[in-house]
This record gives sequence, structure tokens and C-alpha cells, in this order.
Amino acid sequence: MITFAGGGVGATHSTPLADKKEALDAAIIRIEGLAKTFGSLTALHGIDLQIRENELLGLLGPNGAGKTTLISILSTLLPPSSGGARVCGFDIRTEQDEVRKCIGIVFQDPSLDDELTGAENLDFHGRLYGMDSSMRRARMNEVLNLVDLSDRQDDLVKTYSGGMRRRLEIARGLMHSPRVLFLDEPTLGLDPQTRRRIWDYIRNLNALQGTTIILTTHYMDEADQLCSRIAIIDRGRIVALDSPESLKQGLGGDMLELEVNGSRSQFLESLQALEEVGHVSVHEDRVVLTVKHGEEFIPRVIELAQSRGVAVSSVSMRKPNLEDVFIKLTGREIREEIVTEAKDRIRIYQTSRRR
Amino acid sequence: MKFCSTVYTLWLREIIRFKRNRSRLLGSMALPLLFLLVLGSGFGGFFRYRDDISYMQFIGPGIVAMTLLFSSMFGGLSVLWDKQFGFLKEILVAPVSRTGIMAGQTLGTVTTSMLKAIVLLVGLLAAGVVKADILGILMALGFMFLVSAAFVSLGIAFAARMTDPHGFQLIMNFLIMPVFFLSGALFPLEGLPRWLFDLTCVNPLTYGVDGIRGALGGPQQFSLLFDFLGLTLFLVAATAVGTFLFRKMSA
Repeated sequence: MITFAGGGVGATHSTPLADKKEALDAAIIRIEGLAKTFGSLTALHGIDLQIRENELLGLLGPNGAGKTTLISILSTLLPPSSGGARVCGFDIRTEQDEVRKCIGIVFQDPSLDDELTGAENLDFHGRLYGMDSSMRRARMNEVLNLVDLSDRQDDLVKTYSGGMRRRLEIARGLMHSPRVLFLDEPTLGLDPQTRRRIWDYIRNLNALQGTTIILTTHYMDEADQLCSRIAIIDRGRIVALDSPESLKQGLGGDMLELEVNGSRSQFLESLQALEEVGHVSVHEDRVVLTVKHGEEFIPRVIELAQSRGVAVSSVSMRKPNLEDVFIKLTGREIREEIVTEAKDRIRIYQTSRRR
Repeated sequence: MKFCSTVYTLWLREIIRFKRNRSRLLGSMALPLLFLLVLGSGFGGFFRYRDDISYMQFIGPGIVAMTLLFSSMFGGLSVLWDKQFGFLKEILVAPVSRTGIMAGQTLGTVTTSMLKAIVLLVGLLAAGVVKADILGILMALGFMFLVSAAFVSLGIAFAARMTDPHGFQLIMNFLIMPVFFLSGALFPLEGLPRWLFDLTCVNPLTYGVDGIRGALGGPQQFSLLFDFLGLTLFLVAATAVGTFLFRKMSA
């Protein structure tokens, strides 16, 4: 159902050797057995992952799943505890400067200098990456245009809104024309309109500039809308890796959601016994199940419920989303993490208020 | 070449931020001026160091050193704010050497601290509180540089180990104030009780105050050469520790 082997690079070729070589050539990031422990806490358990050039890969998972740790290791900010990775062909342990030149990163938390203007922030970045002044100027205009900030470039960053700051950070990450861009929760704490605009920028970047983009998110819709491939991460492990469509198709059909009253155990047993029913999960008085040809199944399920002494107060059918995939894989809802997300927002708010 | 451009980049940032915050310049000059004018005039009425040296004249160079101490230490600690606001990550993920970052940050803060101290020094000279020839002024500037660079490095060393800017207050109370009061900036060292004298001798700022005061034609406890050696030793140690801790620091 769900393939772990990376979306079929070279899967149609005949000789295994050629397959392997092609996969290696195309992989701009290769992660092998990467693990990270902080004291007694294991943040990453031996991650294996290959990311292709020009891919838009989403790392999806609840907060604390290990997404930021993975990005920090790949960007050489944290050393791995074991295993290793190559980014743009360079070893993250021994060739840090080369890796750093090849990547751009937008951190989860704000990382701009408020007391400089937007243009000065970009100029500072360009200097650190060894760009000469004509190159800096040209590139600055390009990236500012890309994120629609040209008219505000000479204003101090402390006068920017949250969305503008985020856009400036994306522009800065692109300033030195990296081949790989890491975006750590790029839309955390932003309003829906701003989120959509940022999605557009990310899509453009990937399509027009050919930048390989790895973004972490715990928003299902964000991963679904943006990414060509999604790695679902839970508790330091990659539990699924495929395109959003395949992940959802892997659930096998439509999602039926029933609101039921009464003793359910018999009903659930007989549901699971049915061949066309895939995964069944229960959340308070809601029963969610995957089933082929959901429309035809609705009358049957109501009948079945009545015969088992369960009253159905409502039925709804929808196409599966990534949330359902996550629940099936982990038995938990990503939404359980919403409290943590609110805390994050408060943290960002407090941070941006100081100074 | 690469190293120099890193240093320049970090230096430039400090200068731009400094230029943009004139009010902060005034704010950081307020305390030294208060000490100079209130203590200088207040004690000056009944305390003279010698017949030919007024109390104001005695503490003038000490207040210059105070300005350097405060703004250099706080400048070094500003790395902590960069940590708090995430900007440090942007710097640390760049393909440049940490030593270059540290050097640029240090030079930037030394420059801004020196500018404040020079404003004060020019004021003292213009008001005739201290009298010095060109050579004396140049030597004083040399001592000022040593004091500033050493305390910026020390501030960075602390900032590299700390995570919480609220620790500022602690450093203020247990480090900056004692270093200032035990430096001979406000009182002569001769005739001090033994324990107090010993404490001032282990305080590196003592040699800075003594050197600046001596260069500006004031009374000295030690010789200029001894002050210079003592300060240089402290600068080397502070820079070594600061650089070591800064290189080890994680964002």
C-alpha cells in the first residue's frame, strides 16, 4: 500500500546496477542511518532518506517528531550522534563549509536583525557568503522581487509584519542561490492569506529556479498542497515516504465518518470483518473508516449498525486526507499537537515583542 | 581575504546599528557623566589627591575606563541577544570561520565603546580637567583599546556560556560593579587596607585605569610598562577563552 522506497526513482529500468547509479546521481541529499540523541532522549532513530534534485519534499509530523533536529543536522548546525549524510555531494561532518555554501535555510524561529533594514539584512548575508557588491545588488533585487518586498527594502525590519518577515527570511535564504533550501515550518503562526501567498512563492521557486526544497510542517494541508513527496516523521522515524496522492490512495477508498450512540464493540468487530473496509478508528463517539465505493456502502453500514444495536446519528463521506494517513500509521491525530502549536505562537509573539 | 571580509561584515553591522541608535549613545554616557560630575564635585570640595591635582582630575581617567568597561562588557553580551532573537543562527550557519565572526564582533564593539570613551575624553580635555600632550593622548588611546578589547572578549565568553539574558543582572552585580569599584578609578590605591589592595591588584581594570591616568599626566601606582604588560596578558587570556567558548557554542 504505502511504499517506503522513495517514489520509484528509476523503477522502470531493467538492470539493478543502472537503477542504483541513477538514483545516486539524482540524489542531492543522501541520508544514511542518521541518528541523534540528546542525553537519554533519542530524537532521531537511524533515518535513511534520499532526496532528488529539484524535489519539493515535505517532512510532515507533529511537533517534537524530530523534523527540526533533522534539518539542523543537515545544515551542519548540530552534529549527528551516528550515521551520516551528504548534501550536494559533501559530507556534513567533514565538509561543513561546502555544505553551507550549497544550502539556504529559513529557521522556524525568527532570525532577522530587527535594527537593520530589509536590504541590509540581505547585504549582510551576501557578504558572509562571499558575494561581491555587484552580485549582491543584482541578486538582492531578484530575491526582493520574488517575495514582493522591493518597496519596503529600506525600512527597518522591526516595522515589518509577521508575513513580511517570513518572506524576507525566505529571500535571504535564497540570496546566495543555494541548490537546496530548507524551510522549517515556513508558515507557523501566519494567517491563512499570508500562508497561501508563501505557498505560491515556494512553488515558484521550485518550478522556476529549480531549487530543491525541503520543508517541515505539521500542517497537513500545507504538505498536501505543496509537496511532490512527503516523508511522514513520527517519534524520530520516517514512517511513510511517498507522493501525497499515493499516500492517500494507500488508505484504500473513501473515508466514512459515523456519529454513533450505544455499545459499539460488536458493531466495530463486524465492520472490521468486512472485506471492503480498510482501517477503522474511533475518536470519542465518531467512528472513522476507509472503504471502497463509499456511496454504496452508506446504506449497508447503517443497516449493520441497527442490527448490532447501535444508533447512527450522522454519516458523512469525504476523500481521505493526510491526517487520515497519519492516524492510520501512528494511531494518533496530529491535531493533538495543537496545544503545542499555540505555545509556539506565544513564543514567537513574545520574542518579536522584546527589544 | 575571506577572513578579513568576515571581520569587516560583522564590524559593519555593529557600526550601522550604533549610528542608528543615537539615543543609546546618550543613555550609555549618562551614568559616567553622573559619576564624574556628582562625585567629582561632591567629594572635590574636601578631597584633593594632591595640591596640584583635584579630585575631578583624579577620577576623570577612571570614568573613561568605566565607560569602556560598561559598554564593552554589554557589547560582548549582545551576542546573547543575537542568540535570543535567532540572528546568531544566521551567522553561525554561514560558511565562515567562527574566529572571524568573533574578531569582527569584538572589533565592532571596541569601536563603538572607544567612540563613547573618546567623546568623554575630549570633553575632559576641553574642560581642562585633564591636561595631556599628544603622546600622552596616543598612549591613553592605546590603553583604552586594550581595556575595551579585553572586556568585549570577556563579555562574549560569558555570552557564549549563557542562554538567558536575565543573567545580565547577575553579571552586572557580581562582576561589572565590583570590577569598577575595585579598580582605583574612584580612590588612590596607596594606603588602602591590605585586603582591599590585594583585590585591586588582581583586577585587570586597575592596570587600565592606572595606565590611562598615567598617560594623561596623572599620578600612577605602577609604571606604564607594567600596566601595559598586565593588560596585554589579560587581553590575551580573555581573547583565548572568549574565542574558545565562542567556537564551541551552539546556536
